[in-house]
Amino acid sequence: MSDATAPNQPLMTSDGRLLKDALQQSLRRSKLKALGLISIPFLFLVIVFAMPVFNLLVKSVDDNLINEVLPRTFAIYEDWDGTELPGEAHYEAMFLDLTGAEGIQIGKASTRMNYDKSKWKSLIKKSARKFKNIESGPYKEVMIKTDKKWGDITFWQSLGSMKDPYTFGYYLNAVDLRYNHDKSVTAQPENRRIYKMLWGRTLLVSLIVTVLCLILAYPVSHLLATLPLRYSNLLMICVLMPFWTSLLVRIVAWMIMLQQNGVVNDALVHNGLLDDENRLAMMYNFTGTIIVMTQILLPFMILPIYSVMRTISPNYMKAAQNLGASPALAFLKVYMPLTVPGVGAGVILVFIVAIGYYITPELVGGKDGQLIGNQIAYHLKSSLNWGLASAMGVMLLAGILILYWCYDKIVGIDNMRMG
Amino acid sequence: MRALGIIALWVVGLFLLAIVPIPREGLLAYVKPLLLLIAIVYSIYRISNGMMPRYRSTGQLLWQMTYIGICGFVLFFLVAPLIAVIPLSFTSKAFLNFTPEMLNFDPAGYSIRWYKIMVGDCSDAVVTTVCGDKWKIGAWNSLLIGLTATFLATVLGTLAAIGLTRPNVPGRKLITAFMISPLIVPLIITAASLFFFFAKVNLIATFAGVVLAHTVLGLPFVVITVTATLSSFDHNLMRAAESLGGGAWKNFRQVMLPLIMPGVISGALFAFITSFDEVVIIIFMGGADQLTLPKQMWSGIRQEISPTILAVATILVILSVVMLTTVELLRRRSERIRGISPA
Repeated sequence: MSDATAPNQPLMTSDGRLLKDALQQSLRRSKLKALGLISIPFLFLVIVFAMPVFNLLVKSVDDNLINEVLPRTFAIYEDWDGTELPGEAHYEAMFLDLTGAEGIQIGKASTRMNYDKSKWKSLIKKSARKFKNIESGPYKEVMIKTDKKWGDITFWQSLGSMKDPYTFGYYLNAVDLRYNHDKSVTAQPENRRIYKMLWGRTLLVSLIVTVLCLILAYPVSHLLATLPLRYSNLLMICVLMPFWTSLLVRIVAWMIMLQQNGVVNDALVHNGLLDDENRLAMMYNFTGTIIVMTQILLPFMILPIYSVMRTISPNYMKAAQNLGASPALAFLKVYMPLTVPGVGAGVILVFIVAIGYYITPELVGGKDGQLIGNQIAYHLKSSLNWGLASAMGVMLLAGILILYWCYDKIVGIDNMRMG
Repeated sequence: MRALGIIALWVVGLFLLAIVPIPREGLLAYVKPLLLLIAIVYSIYRISNGMMPRYRSTGQLLWQMTYIGICGFVLFFLVAPLIAVIPLSFTSKAFLNFTPEMLNFDPAGYSIRWYKIMVGDCSDAVVTTVCGDKWKIGAWNSLLIGLTATFLATVLGTLAAIGLTRPNVPGRKLITAFMISPLIVPLIITAASLFFFFAKVNLIATFAGVVLAHTVLGLPFVVITVTATLSSFDHNLMRAAESLGGGAWKNFRQVMLPLIMPGVISGALFAFITSFDEVVIIIFMGGADQLTLPKQMWSGIRQEISPTILAVATILVILSVVMLTTVELLRRRSERIRGISPA
């Protein structure tokens, strides 16, 4: 024994450093290397994915547009007690704001103001044109003369809910509520209430689809997991083929199957099971959405359940029956509990995907198959109410992140497998 | 062998059923459905019986038949619509249903005119059919965007996966969750977010914008598949290579890459099919120039639905079978390399 390894001497490396330090340094270097490798894709995702999504969050509460157009009006708005028409100072501020701002900005702001109280847009549009002919004040009477809505106190009151540079109004709108002018919350008028119903329908469709998928997937997964590999690989193609086929192709295929003159209806009529006049309406309605979504999402349910069932030894069932359980009891008490992780994974996966669906309901849903995703798309592309679209998107996202977290708890994200 | 016999019986039976004219009135009308029902039940019986031991009771057999019947129905439900597209794409009429000629196997009922129209050969087109280069342009654009996005996603995803599977990475779980999140966030939300973002940086209606968006969508697949392959990778191999003096790049290319190749390729295939199949992003931020195959299909379905779409669909179904076979073979190869299953 040389004295380099003497008991009380700290361990050293060959170049005379403390082993502990050298190890730590090497670990640190390895960590840095790993982080260096991760940093490029990480930054990419932050810039092209995380920041835009965060921006959506900001957009859903951002309400600064009106403040930019009406700075003078809002500066003195608090001085008004809100019971009678405001005084000349307020009219002057409004006049100067509207004549001073850019046309495009006024247009955007008035669209936004219209969400809170209708007719604001037309009032401002008309006034902005006519105000050009007004030379000087006092403005109050002239303004009321150009449009008598300026003498309507409710318009002035409605400004109260627009004053803050941020708002939760879009979130309220997304659940059929709105701000009053004094920022108290009330329900939307009857004819504008659709969102609660849509959220409800989205949840309902997702639930039905998830349950249907589970019912259909369970026996098939069991069959695939218990058959000899030779056969199960063949049958697996039936599951994987739709999984790999383009979504739109599957939708077209279902249109052929389910439409009025589709394969299903034709087959039923040809075989005398259905009268020609009573062809079933299975497409462009709620039923169509359910059928098509179930078929599209079924592989997402089969694959995780199958992969769990594959690992369950058939000996457990034999042992249970050997101990006197009937096959049904053995299945209920022994087999089913073992499949719970796969079922949990499948259920959450299908639910997450179903709840954000857009393309399928859009194409096969007709009027009563539309979901919240379609409404987001509508506000993005057609009505251009981007604040509301963002708010609904953020709400949907929040729900999904909670489910994602559950998924992580049940299966662990590391265990996610494909194909 | 028994399965093949049953399938052959079915093909012949259906053919006979189709060509034998049976009146559609009166009691005789029920002959066809009745025969069909008997055939189905008999097939289920044969399959179930073959799967059970000789000492089974009748009750057990009935139970097994129910089970097989349900499974058969589900598998049929999964595949039937896709199979139905294939013969229908060869129709000679402009309708999306089986014409009587087709059902009687009359050659006049079949043609390849919709395939001709798909590739831009308009000689058979009637005045009302839309015919042009759009499908070709779409396919070309999809391929271009798909390949670029796949390349980017594969490089970035592989980098991330290698980093994430190194020993002692701080915050591995969180970073993995973040990397996979584009897969979880609904497409409509991703599309909305990127729409606002790209509007700010002038990437709306550009190829670059679409490629970037598709890269984001493809990245998680590569991360998942490569991480899975790397989970059983022996890091000592890299240490050995380092001790033998190769540079980092050379070691990666000659030692690690060949071993993780199956994971990289199947991740790339997933990324490609995601981009190739992607509708939502493209209809939100693609301009007229970014006409991809899904976008053309989307407008086809919504405006002028014609059997041309079925021709395209048939080709895509075949493509999907090719892809899934490739991925399956890759998976087996990777398992063999990793020694999970015997060759």
